Amino acid sequence: MLFEATLFIPLALTKRRRSEVFNQLYITGIKSLGVITVVAAFTGMILALQTGLELRRFGLQQNIGTAVTVVMMREMGPFMTALIVAASVGSAIAAQVGTMVVSEEVSALEIMSINPVRFIVLPRLIALAVMMPILTIYTNILGVAGGALVGATQLQVSFQAYIDNAQLYAQNKDLYVGLLKAFVFGIVIATTACHQGFVTTEGAVGVGQATRRTVIISFLTILVLGYMLTRVFYR
Amino acid sequence: MIRFENVTKRLGRRNVLDGFDLEIKAGETFVICGPSGMGKSVTLKHMVRLLTPDSGHVWVGDDCVSEARGKELERIRARFGVLFQSGALLEWLTAGENVGLPLREHTDKGDEEIDTLAREKLRMVELEDAFDKHPSDLSGGMRKRVALARAIITEPEIVLYDEPTSGLDPVTSRTIDELIDNLRKQLGITSVVVTHDLHSALAIGNRIAMLNYGKAVEVSAPEEFMKSTNSVVRGFLEAQYITRRGAWEKGLKV
Ligand SMILES: Nc1ncnc2c1ncn2[C@@H]1O[C@H](COP(=O)(O)OP(=O)(O)OP(=O)(O)O)[C@@H](O)[C@H]1O
Ligand SMILES: [Mg+2]
Repeated sequence: MLFEATLFIPLALTKRRRSEVFNQLYITGIKSLGVITVVAAFTGMILALQTGLELRRFGLQQNIGTAVTVVMMREMGPFMTALIVAASVGSAIAAQVGTMVVSEEVSALEIMSINPVRFIVLPRLIALAVMMPILTIYTNILGVAGGALVGATQLQVSFQAYIDNAQLYAQNKDLYVGLLKAFVFGIVIATTACHQGFVTTEGAVGVGQATRRTVIISFLTILVLGYMLTRVFYR
Repeated sequence: MIRFENVTKRLGRRNVLDGFDLEIKAGETFVICGPSGMGKSVTLKHMVRLLTPDSGHVWVGDDCVSEARGKELERIRARFGVLFQSGALLEWLTAGENVGLPLREHTDKGDEEIDTLAREKLRMVELEDAFDKHPSDLSGGMRKRVALARAIITEPEIVLYDEPTSGLDPVTSRTIDELIDNLRKQLGITSVVVTHDLHSALAIGNRIAMLNYGKAVEVSAPEEFMKSTNSVVRGFLEAQYITRRGAWEKGLKV
């Protein structure tokens, strides 16, 4: 399905179909933004607090800027974003596609010789692949800001010192690798959700199963792939 | 036009079609009725290869649809318009966009031209007002009529209707009956109509088939159909208070 979908990418960018891609981009962003905001800020705050408290025992708390920024960009940013998007957007896609199968909409597309992969999968795939890195940048910014807040209020690390420290040690590579992960996770979520949706049988019960499987399979794949990508880039 | 030759199809635990034979002629309105769950929808789905027979063949004209693939299957399917039992409209498109979809995907027509054609078809099913509404804002009967408009927008040779009037009020039902009848008279379209409503079956059908346990137990023109001695047919007629010829024409309950 993934391979078939990539063949259609040029088609998806023609005028008539572009609106559907934008539509999906919008849905993806809006659906997850609220949760992401809260989760990202608190992830940063927790990171800062935990590492900060440990570092303070050695008098090294001025380094939390680096600790939070690097961990957010490399790992927690893409990871947290992917989990939230899988749970909110992925499950919604599976439910929608599953419902389309059960209510004969996919059959109707087949009769009209409209390729369901091109028509349904592709806009969602593109939207998630594009939106995941964008959302991850947002998560990173909020996480780093949350860390700075905790640093300033609880660890006596001034905002300026936090930023200076982060800029000193965090590398561009950390950001890029994180964004690459986000991109891969986006593809994983879209493919899993659409696939589970398409193999739905047995009415409403089946749609429920498709949704649940999507979340579980996405979570596991994101975890394992996340580890493997880390292994490839950092050894 | 459409021919089933000794088709057997097993679904779940039983043969839904079991050595099934049927011939539908070009230009006729052919009605399929039968008890619920007896394979009426399954029969329609075989005609457009949404289901493939376990054995036997399904022919559309000279094309064997049950063995076609790829481009050939696309070409055969393009001869059909299909109204699904559940309507099968795409939820994220408006009624107008749904109706125009086949043209938008397969022709070079401009957006305005497509909208005009879609509006015209929606007018035929008395739903012009619904043009900008989403399916979720329409009633079941309205969705079905939008789906009907979509099925005929490409002006196909053959239209399959799965229960076009179920869920509609009697007045709208007769409008749909007239629409189907007019498509045959004016454009010579071949129609296959699945329905439980024998009043409309007798009014629009050139021939009527009764399906029961995987076979067509009766295939005949309305006059003979009413005189049939088959017990399933009699049961259907009596359950709808059609006990003698002429009753349905005058709309009397006898
Ligand atoms: N995809 C499928 N998988 C398994 N069984 C199926 C499938 N589709 C249909 N069936 C079974 O085939 C039988 C005939 O189904 P069909 O939908 O053709 O009935 P129908 O005559 O159209 O009934 P209704 O009037 O209720 O629409 C039913 O018993 C149904 O359970
Ligand atoms: Mg049916």
